[in-house]
Amino acid sequence: MSTSEVKNCLLCGVGGQGTVLASRIIAAAAMAKGLHAKTAETIGMAQRGGSVVSHVRIGEEIASPMIPYGTADVIIGFEPGEAAANIKYLKEDGVMILSSRQVKPVTASLGQSAYDGDDCLEWLKSKGSRCIVVDPEEIIEACGSPKVLNVAMAGALAATGAMDLSVEDMEEALKIRMKPALLEMNKKALHMGAQCAAER
Amino acid sequence: MKELLMGNEAVAMGALAAGVQVVSGYPGTPSSEVLETIAKRNPGGVYVEWSVNEKAGAEVAAGAAYAGARSLVTMKQMGLNVASDPVMCVNYIGVKGGMVVYVCDDPGPISSQTEQDTRNFAKYAHIPCFDCDSPEQAFQAVQDAFAFSEAHGTPVILRSTTRVCHACADIDVPEIKSPAAPEGFKKDPRWVIFPKLAYEAKLRVAGREPSLAEEFSEYEGNSIEGNGPVGIACGGISYAYVKEAIRGQEEQFTVLKIATPYPFPADLARQFLLGVDKVICFEELDPYIEDALIYEYGSLSLDIDHFIEGKRTDAVRLGGELSATEVGEVIENLTGVETTIPFREADDAPALPVRPPVLCAGCPHRGSFYAVKKAVGKRPAIYSGDIGCYTLGNAAPLDMVDTCLCMGAGITLAQGLDHAIGDDTVCFAFVGDSTFFASGITGTVNAVYNQSNIILCVLDNSTTAMTGHQPHPGMGVTMMGERVEPVDIGKVLEGIGVKSIRTVDPQNLEESVKAVQDAIEEKGVRAIIFKSPCIALVKPDDPKRVDADTCIGCMQCVNEIGCPALITKDGKALIDKSLCTGCGLCAQICPVEAIG
Repeated sequence: MSTSEVKNCLLCGVGGQGTVLASRIIAAAAMAKGLHAKTAETIGMAQRGGSVVSHVRIGEEIASPMIPYGTADVIIGFEPGEAAANIKYLKEDGVMILSSRQVKPVTASLGQSAYDGDDCLEWLKSKGSRCIVVDPEEIIEACGSPKVLNVAMAGALAATGAMDLSVEDMEEALKIRMKPALLEMNKKALHMGAQCAAER
Repeated sequence: MKELLMGNEAVAMGALAAGVQVVSGYPGTPSSEVLETIAKRNPGGVYVEWSVNEKAGAEVAAGAAYAGARSLVTMKQMGLNVASDPVMCVNYIGVKGGMVVYVCDDPGPISSQTEQDTRNFAKYAHIPCFDCDSPEQAFQAVQDAFAFSEAHGTPVILRSTTRVCHACADIDVPEIKSPAAPEGFKKDPRWVIFPKLAYEAKLRVAGREPSLAEEFSEYEGNSIEGNGPVGIACGGISYAYVKEAIRGQEEQFTVLKIATPYPFPADLARQFLLGVDKVICFEELDPYIEDALIYEYGSLSLDIDHFIEGKRTDAVRLGGELSATEVGEVIENLTGVETTIPFREADDAPALPVRPPVLCAGCPHRGSFYAVKKAVGKRPAIYSGDIGCYTLGNAAPLDMVDTCLCMGAGITLAQGLDHAIGDDTVCFAFVGDSTFFASGITGTVNAVYNQSNIILCVLDNSTTAMTGHQPHPGMGVTMMGERVEPVDIGKVLEGIGVKSIRTVDPQNLEESVKAVQDAIEEKGVRAIIFKSPCIALVKPDDPKRVDADTCIGCMQCVNEIGCPALITKDGKALIDKSLCTGCGLCAQICPVEAIG
């Protein structure tokens, strides 16, 4: 199996964090450049507070909408534990873009399961891949809405260059996918996310 | 223009391009987006409705096809069980306009009770079946299905699976025009089914199999690619996984893709079988293609011993979804051709989060379940659940779903439990508003007529929430955008003859507990309508907060209702303000009034 000509990005998080919209923005950015894109995501019952995964694939000949294990160029983890759970998708020298904020599951609050997001974050950093950590609190505060995290993560992705998409490409996609009233706020989030990647 | 379309959106756009005129269906993951897309992209002149259930939807579509219109009915595989009565029969009757029954299967299953395979239903019903392997192909397949249906005067099943339905691809969409007016209904004895007619029809639908199979062997959607020694047979999304797994080593393989599972394209399959040294079958759900190939191979009187590998030889798992990774592993094990990529496991990771799906923060169902739990106390009680968001009431700490079978079954299962047990055990049935209309009404009539002792709890959140907030008869709005008189659940119950009906707000704990306690004291069929809108439909109130100085750390709020917005910190309860909708259920539970 060789997938060198296809670029793969896996987005994972918890239902309601906006991974699906982020995957559409990335795909729209690729399409605006005249590239082919495929996506796949979890919809339905799993969305209710469950783990969600979105796949984005960009390239000329994409067969499956799902990314095979060991071939993702990038994992965007909206939640540290979810990123750790999906490390099997990341290729050897793949990039990780991680939100540092953990989302405690109900099972942990009830004492049925142990989970510490900081432990997962440290474990991911120890894996030797390029690792970009985004602090969502800072961006959410500056932009004034918790809903911009997904766009900030897309900004960080653009700044890494790992999918051959630039911040300008993402801006084009925002113009296509976003309501005009929300555009400025999301542009700000996009650039703040890009800054997180550029600083490292 | 190129658009990024989800598989279901591609089916909708393909149907519109094919001139579909009447579209019906019932929501169900992963099928719901087809009908919504048709409504959104209606060029004018297309009638579209959410029907009360799949049986009604299939009958509406059949009626339209009788009049010569092209019609489409959409459902998930569980819905096909509900619709199977009209779908089986309309195949015997035949159609004038093209009729496509779009059914989405759910390998995994990800959000269903069964892992059934619609290809086998099609074979059992003698209904021609097209399969979808990608959004692009689905866009074409639905158009081909309409043409085939009309050419042969037969309904056609178009089958898809989750990873095609919910995958997106960029597709060139032509300009959509309004459909031409149909010829109209012509009176004829052929539209009335009688045993004599049914016998003739049976001969026709079973007898046409060889000629249709021959036609399908020529259909360009079915294909043989490559001429390598190892044969791979596949269909649906598995075709994509196979292409992915063998990329760069195509010369080793010959790939048979089946896009029309029934009638099986036997000529094409035999050509494939005679050109390879071995066959590996990849398909999700049943070993449908595998069995068909074994049959064809047997007809050729050849030695079968491990010539065809698949589910029947334990080379491929019998259930669950496939992936490119798994397909690569199987091929490498059986042939030695290197088709695997190494990947890292999370074996040495610290504890990972466990996230079963849960009721949303602020969900009114939480209050309904908690009120029943409080009112019942230590009495013996059985809780029969149903299909919808409220199935999630089974999770700890609520633990309020003892049975869940299929849509509408909670109401009738509770009756069976009551008749069998016959003691003081209180039998509760929980049903949602959309489910009540879909298949709860007949069960309620059964309860009233047959003198059951049950408490029917209708959890009315004014929408079909789980599948993405589709309208239903109780909401007063249709898919054509008209405002209509809503069907009132209380009046329906009254009309059926339920004597004890209470309507309460589940966000008011005291009132709700009292209503359940009063109902428990009565006999016969009692109904409680817990009415409060889904939180996704209304603007949330300001989030509640816990006063840390007042909180005594008893954790009653956290441990009793399991709200995702309630977390613990330093031995005290804490509310995640990004999730809290301000419903105040926790504040009504707190013994020291620390939440406000």
